[in-house]
Amino acid sequence: MFCFPAMGHRHCCALGPMDPMRRSPSPCPSRPSSPRTPPCEMLGYVGIEAVLDQLKIKAMKMGFEFNIMVVGQSGLGKSTMVNTLFKSKMWKSTVQGLGTPTPQTLKLQSVTHVIEEKGVKLKLTVTDTPGFGDQINNDKCWDPILGYISEQYERYLQEEILITRQRHIPDTRVHCCIYFVPPTGHCLRPLDIEFLQRLCRTVNVVPVIARADSLTIEERETFRRRIQHNLRTHCIEVYPQKCFDEDINDRILNSKIRDRIPFAVVGADREHLVNGRCVLGRKTKWGIIEVENLAHCEFPLLRDLLIRSHLQDLKDITHNVHYENYRVCRLNESHLLPRGPGWVNLAQTPAGPLATPQPSKVHQQAQEDSEDGDEY
Amino acid sequence: MEAEANSGSLEDSGAFIQRPGEGCRTVPLAGHVGFDSLPDQLVNKSVSQGFCFNILCVGETGLGKSTLMDTLFNTKFEGEPATHTQPGVQLRSNTYDLQESNVGLKLTIVSTVGFGDQINKEDSYKPIVEFIDAQFEAYLQEELKIRRVLHSYHDSRIHACLYFIAPTGHSLKSLDLVTMKKLDSKVNIIPIIAKSDAISKSELTKFKIKITSELVSNGVQIYQFPTDDESVAEINGTMNAHLPFAVIGSTEELKIGNKMMKARQYPWGTVQVENEAHCDFVKLREMLIRVNMEDLREQTHSRHYELYRRCKLEEMGFKDTDPDSKPFSLQETYEAKRNEFLGELQKKEEEMRQMFVQRVKEKEAELKEAEKELHEKFDRLKKLHQDEKKKLEDKKKCLDDEVNAFKQRKTAAELLQSQGSQAGGSQTLKRDKEKKNNPWLCTE
Repeated sequence: MFCFPAMGHRHCCALGPMDPMRRSPSPCPSRPSSPRTPPCEMLGYVGIEAVLDQLKIKAMKMGFEFNIMVVGQSGLGKSTMVNTLFKSKMWKSTVQGLGTPTPQTLKLQSVTHVIEEKGVKLKLTVTDTPGFGDQINNDKCWDPILGYISEQYERYLQEEILITRQRHIPDTRVHCCIYFVPPTGHCLRPLDIEFLQRLCRTVNVVPVIARADSLTIEERETFRRRIQHNLRTHCIEVYPQKCFDEDINDRILNSKIRDRIPFAVVGADREHLVNGRCVLGRKTKWGIIEVENLAHCEFPLLRDLLIRSHLQDLKDITHNVHYENYRVCRLNESHLLPRGPGWVNLAQTPAGPLATPQPSKVHQQAQEDSEDGDEY
Repeated sequence: MEAEANSGSLEDSGAFIQRPGEGCRTVPLAGHVGFDSLPDQLVNKSVSQGFCFNILCVGETGLGKSTLMDTLFNTKFEGEPATHTQPGVQLRSNTYDLQESNVGLKLTIVSTVGFGDQINKEDSYKPIVEFIDAQFEAYLQEELKIRRVLHSYHDSRIHACLYFIAPTGHSLKSLDLVTMKKLDSKVNIIPIIAKSDAISKSELTKFKIKITSELVSNGVQIYQFPTDDESVAEINGTMNAHLPFAVIGSTEELKIGNKMMKARQYPWGTVQVENEAHCDFVKLREMLIRVNMEDLREQTHSRHYELYRRCKLEEMGFKDTDPDSKPFSLQETYEAKRNEFLGELQKKEEEMRQMFVQRVKEKEAELKEAEKELHEKFDRLKKLHQDEKKKLEDKKKCLDDEVNAFKQRKTAAELLQSQGSQAGGSQTLKRDKEKKNNPWLCTE
């Protein structure tokens, strides 16, 4: 099984009273020393830990990349959410004019920006999916999205198998997909369930309850529990996935997060004056909903999860798990004969989006990962 | 080509309006977003995964390779000194787990054993090159696997090669030149002058200049400390000028002044290992561990390993030039390999079947033997019984004859007796006398 090492969060950020993301760094590495490699006592300072600074310098020089995709029906506040998350005008909030016809097919739009904070450069790519779920017949509306995700994996794979390959392969793979659930207050709709089932096998999915200002706190809680129940019933594993928790610290931290997923968020990119402070919020006749106030909505939790504590983890899981799964499928599919236990047999060509295997097969695959030895 | 067809179909449905990547603009941030914790996140992940570093020490026996490693890492690695009588060059590899504050390092030290000891040293460099290639090959195999676990793979590729030069004071030996030339495209070479307390300061400067010029004139590419990053450019630049480092190794601690220091004591004075005026050990430690460890690892991966991989893949028949053939050649090679593998499996199956048949035959033969034996035994016993039976029958016949004879005599005797009783009593007396005289007949 692809195991995930423990994660520490040394960066101190000023958060509200509920601070589930903060934890102390693990003091010792989680890999035990095998009998072949005896631990050695060093009698003096050697300076090995300087390698951490070297790593940091290298990382800051190279810059970081992050690709995020927002999926949901129109009018759920996706563009506003992206602007709020990254505190900049990624793009204009799409407002359908009265004259423009609704898009007949799903079109994906990608925008790339470079943002910098305290010397750290981040190349951020946001992919929007206007038109998702807007038609009368939404059958197979997930195909273009799955196709886009697979295309990014394909691009990376092609770069990786080149003979003369670049030092740093540009990473356009989608690291995180935020799925906007409309605030009906009831439960997940069939469209949501279908989409989530297919998507969470290829990419990290974070579902959020959009436009949560139309629900009261109690309604939010009931909605959240119902959605969690739905996810469990349909075996949908959203990020952070339980199977990738490496050790007890991870599990504790991630269970707290899993308890609150899906986050009920509100997006806003206008500032208002509240008690003398300038805050981002939505102004209504009955009050101002502060986006960054935990009592009003859970946007800070989403932001912390995505950016401040789990960004590297998202990228790692995409690279080590989802991309590897894609690679295995892709390299297997030219073989028409079944190879034996654990090898997924896909009969179709890669022209269309790869058929994602049934959930049972994925779990089987995961199980056999841990059992298979050196397999050619 | 599949990818083109893919994007073609997507473009037909209008999937991409803007392509990411080209011409991305920098957007100002209106507040604190928080991704400046990214380097910390990355570092924390690496810390929990642990680091690994592999050093190869190449040098003649007795130049102080093990001692220098002990001194560098402030610990006593186990191992006895090698003899000079090795028939060929071998490599000895040991892995250790070092821990400093929260950083765990898996250190592998590979040492040559018997380098430069043979009479004919033409092939001395071969085991070293083969070892380095074997590590690259192992990594390449792991990378080419369909189901791979690269992120938890224990990287055994050599990140730095310390080449120990004997302190003759004159110039490089031809063995050194040849070996370094063979190694320079495969590994980062850092040449060092070993046991440099045998050379005086003025000789040392001349020696260093001679070595550097010889390396340059022979086209040997040694590792240059990187000077492209401002924070370390200056120090690396000055250090580059000090190459090759003249080092001394010592694990003994002596009291100098009022501190315990690593040093070597001679009747004419004490050489301090960590004194920069005495030797370049501190510079070596700075460069190797504290400043450039990550760069060494990256150079190994992105330059030396990529070169090896390119050569190996070209050997296997891959081509990049024709875009159409890219996925196909990968598939083709996989097909070929798979067929090869299947063929091997079949061969093995055949072999096993043959062996099985053979074993069955042997067993059959054995069993037949046993059966034959049993038959023979049975026959023998039967014969024995028949013989016995015959004997017994003979005896019985004898006995019967005797019994018959006795009966006849008995009747004859009775007849005589009845006749005698008629004839007179003298006969009986006679017979009585006979009877008396004959002990056998006096039974009544």
